[in-house]
Amino acid sequence: MTLTINDLKSKKQYADKSFSVIVLLGGTTILVILAVIAYTITNRSTDAFRIAGFKFFTGQKFVPNGTPPALGILKYIFGTALTSLIAIVLAVPISLGLALYTTQVAPQWLKKPLVALTDLVAVVPSVVFGLWGIIYLAPKITTLYKHISDLCDGVPVLGSIFGKVGSGRSFMTAGLILAVMITPIITSIAREVIETCPQTDRDGALALGATRWEMITGAVMPHSIGGIVGAIMLGLGRAMGETIAVALVIGSSAAITSNLFSSGDSLPAVIALQWGEANATAKSALIAMGLTLFVMTLVVNFAATAIVTRSTKRMQGAA
Amino acid sequence: MTSVMDQTSSPAPVPSNELLEDLVGVSGRRRTKNAVMTGLMFASVAIIAIVLGFVLVTVISKGWGIVHTKFPHWFTDDIPPTARRVGPGMKAAIVGTIVTTLTATVIAVPLGIAGAVYLNEYGKRNVFARLLRFLTGVMAGVPSIVMGLFIYVFWVLPRHQEGLTGLAGAFALACLMLPIVVRATEEMLKLVPQNLRDASYALGATRSRTTLTVVIPKASAGIISGCLLAVARASGETAPLIFTVSVGASAVHKTNWNVFSGPNTALSLQIYANAKETLASAQDRGWGAALTLIALAFLFTLVARVMSARLSKKTQ
Amino acid sequence: MTETLAIQTPHVGHASEPSAASGSAPQHSVVFDVRDLVVHYGAFTAVREVDLKIHPNEITAFIGPSGCGKSTVLRCFNRMNDTIKGARVEGTVNYRGVDLYGANVSATQVRKHVGMVFQKPNPVPKSIYENVAYGPRLAGLRNKGELDAIVEASLRGAALWDDVKDRLKSSALGLSGGQQQRLCIGRALAVQPDVILMDEPCSALDPIATARIEDLMQELKAKNTIIIVTHSMQQAARVSDRTAFFTTEVNEANDRRTGVLVEYDRTDRMFANPSDARTEAYVTGRFG
Ligand SMILES: Nc1ncnc2c1ncn2[C@@H]1O[C@H](COP(=O)(O)OP(=O)(O)O)[C@@H](O)[C@H]1O
Ligand SMILES: [Mg+2]
Repeated sequence: MTLTINDLKSKKQYADKSFSVIVLLGGTTILVILAVIAYTITNRSTDAFRIAGFKFFTGQKFVPNGTPPALGILKYIFGTALTSLIAIVLAVPISLGLALYTTQVAPQWLKKPLVALTDLVAVVPSVVFGLWGIIYLAPKITTLYKHISDLCDGVPVLGSIFGKVGSGRSFMTAGLILAVMITPIITSIAREVIETCPQTDRDGALALGATRWEMITGAVMPHSIGGIVGAIMLGLGRAMGETIAVALVIGSSAAITSNLFSSGDSLPAVIALQWGEANATAKSALIAMGLTLFVMTLVVNFAATAIVTRSTKRMQGAA
Repeated sequence: MTSVMDQTSSPAPVPSNELLEDLVGVSGRRRTKNAVMTGLMFASVAIIAIVLGFVLVTVISKGWGIVHTKFPHWFTDDIPPTARRVGPGMKAAIVGTIVTTLTATVIAVPLGIAGAVYLNEYGKRNVFARLLRFLTGVMAGVPSIVMGLFIYVFWVLPRHQEGLTGLAGAFALACLMLPIVVRATEEMLKLVPQNLRDASYALGATRSRTTLTVVIPKASAGIISGCLLAVARASGETAPLIFTVSVGASAVHKTNWNVFSGPNTALSLQIYANAKETLASAQDRGWGAALTLIALAFLFTLVARVMSARLSKKTQ
Repeated sequence: MTETLAIQTPHVGHASEPSAASGSAPQHSVVFDVRDLVVHYGAFTAVREVDLKIHPNEITAFIGPSGCGKSTVLRCFNRMNDTIKGARVEGTVNYRGVDLYGANVSATQVRKHVGMVFQKPNPVPKSIYENVAYGPRLAGLRNKGELDAIVEASLRGAALWDDVKDRLKSSALGLSGGQQQRLCIGRALAVQPDVILMDEPCSALDPIATARIEDLMQELKAKNTIIIVTHSMQQAARVSDRTAFFTTEVNEANDRRTGVLVEYDRTDRMFANPSDARTEAYVTGRFG
């Protein structure tokens, strides 16, 4: 009651100022955390890089407690790339089918349930997919693998891709589980992009005598392709970084092979599985693998952003 | 009104045969392609529905037994110390998941909301805000296992065994949640109409007051919904916890409510540990933990959905 | 560009009977014969009891207040209403003797004969060439030489060739609004349609671009029949041979407005000497 107007004013301004500082700090945490991640992880990786040199990326043997320790992670990089590739090949058609069905074909009443369906898949934790994959799927799917393998036996290229079947824990099983896990991400982004395709563009194609599918390829796809590629890249990034589900179903025996039914290993899976028994050198190597993975996903995500931005610009007619 | 038709009838013109034929149908190939592609689109819906159905039915049918036999022991007993022992007890993991996720939420949500407020209300399109927005995208793409490694190196390692706590796990989870919270909140703040802010300024309110009493309350339902989705995602994470809450995924069996000291466990860690076991007794506990975790994550998601549905009704 | 002033000078209606259908086409006095057309969107009746005949090689304009069902009727001529969920069409639309809504008739084939240009220019985000080649490609044309020829002919037909001949491969979205609309006309011409429907094709364009489209319509009339929906009475008076005036009637039962066709006549008569009081009010009200 006894405050003067000036007191009030200065207090108000002080509060206002400090609030803006607080929110600025909130925003800055992201920058700080990323910087600290980059610094600490790199710092801890140096031991491994010093021991192995460039062989870290090209070496095929990983025996961190040997004398001298062998720290080559090529097989794990291969496993990460191969499982992600399988996942993308399987998930992209399914995601696009889902997104297109939901937006272009489904009657109004079915749209919400379909969106809920994809969201439900996203809610299932990856470790649950892993549990299902290792105990339920892997033993059962070997029968199918054997059929495919027999069918392709002797056929030039297919024979080596669908080769000898092991325990069912394999690149293929990991790829299958990953495909299910990344489908909701790709689907939901693709769906949003496709929905921004204006009705007038679609009418334009239909008015030229296009069937619905021709309308989709002629009007919806050209409009959405940039966003869809971005969505796929984000899915790829997620697939590369996925740890637990892959660790459970990939079989954990590093190999570079064209046989998708063979067991393998991937970067995140090795980090998770070998951490418990790792000595100091091994820990440094595993952290360096984490750094490698970080950089790989970063590159993929940058590419995704770049593609999306470029296509948005192109959409606005700049090109 | 159709009776008029007969009166106005004039000699019907005869169409040419060519025209008739041409109007009758699209070439068989094009029509078939359309039908096949529509069928394939539907097939992808069916595939995902079937896979999800399979996973859920397996988890429920295999998990339900252990969760409800000797009810409520699943929720009140600690985890049996050896994998061989049959029967329930998952309290330690349920408590662990709840306390670490809750702690992560307490850390990530205020920071994330503050960050989003900066981006949308203060920074807007300036260089720093744009940089932060970009970095938020980068952070959202960091693999969860890298977050775990980071917290291990940054927090656990300097403290040796004492560093393995629920808090360390919560830090890693918070790092995963932060970009999700920032993005979701910024999206919601964007939806708040500018004239609400202007009205508040016109009454002499400061920017901070306007933000706290007008903008955030207006967006609150959407913000809460976004945060719940982040919580649902974090509660299911495994990789960030492997290095941070205990040595090995199956080391802890006893309930630890204290996030600040002592190692901890989580439902996801128990699923992971039991999935690697070949004993039926252990696998059963894995399924039970999976059922519990899915139920928890679905609950968060459901609440979030209901809230955002309410929100969209209100704003209509 | 030279015709900038065309917009100011009302088109003098053709005094004589409209020219007969061009040589080889089957000789029918009407292109479309519409009887008792009623269109519903779900439970809502958008327009009812439309009877009119569209004559070959003429430009027919649909005018009337917004929401009176002009677009709805127009979209019956190429069965675009089929793409709207809940839309239902009653009555008959005869196209050169064929019932468009007859059992065997395919909507996609109808649209080959009856092209359409929309209010907002809607080229796809591909090259200019690809936009024009899209329709012929759908029809199965793969031959590069033939496609090139069609693209050139269509773009010439749309008075766009000289503007774009050096940048056929660049994005259609880089064109100006008026150019994009002419590209859409060219795209429609590429499938060699009989009729071209235009739904307010100039409402997003400036006066100069509008004048070019109007000139183009006069050229197209030699080969095509055109039906244009326009919100501008001046435009209807300038370009059309016949005009149909629609308005809305309030249905007391549910307080919804249903469109009706009030008057349909030769444009000069319609504007000079309308027979219905509502037409006169509308026509004079705007001209002041
Ligand atoms: N897709 C649709 N669904 C429901 N109602 C529609 C749809 N399109 C148009 N209408 C309704 O039909 C009536 C006529 O619309 P329209 O033909 O677009 O009028 P105009 O072109 O004369 O402005 C309007 O009342 C409009 O609201
Ligand atoms: Mg209209």
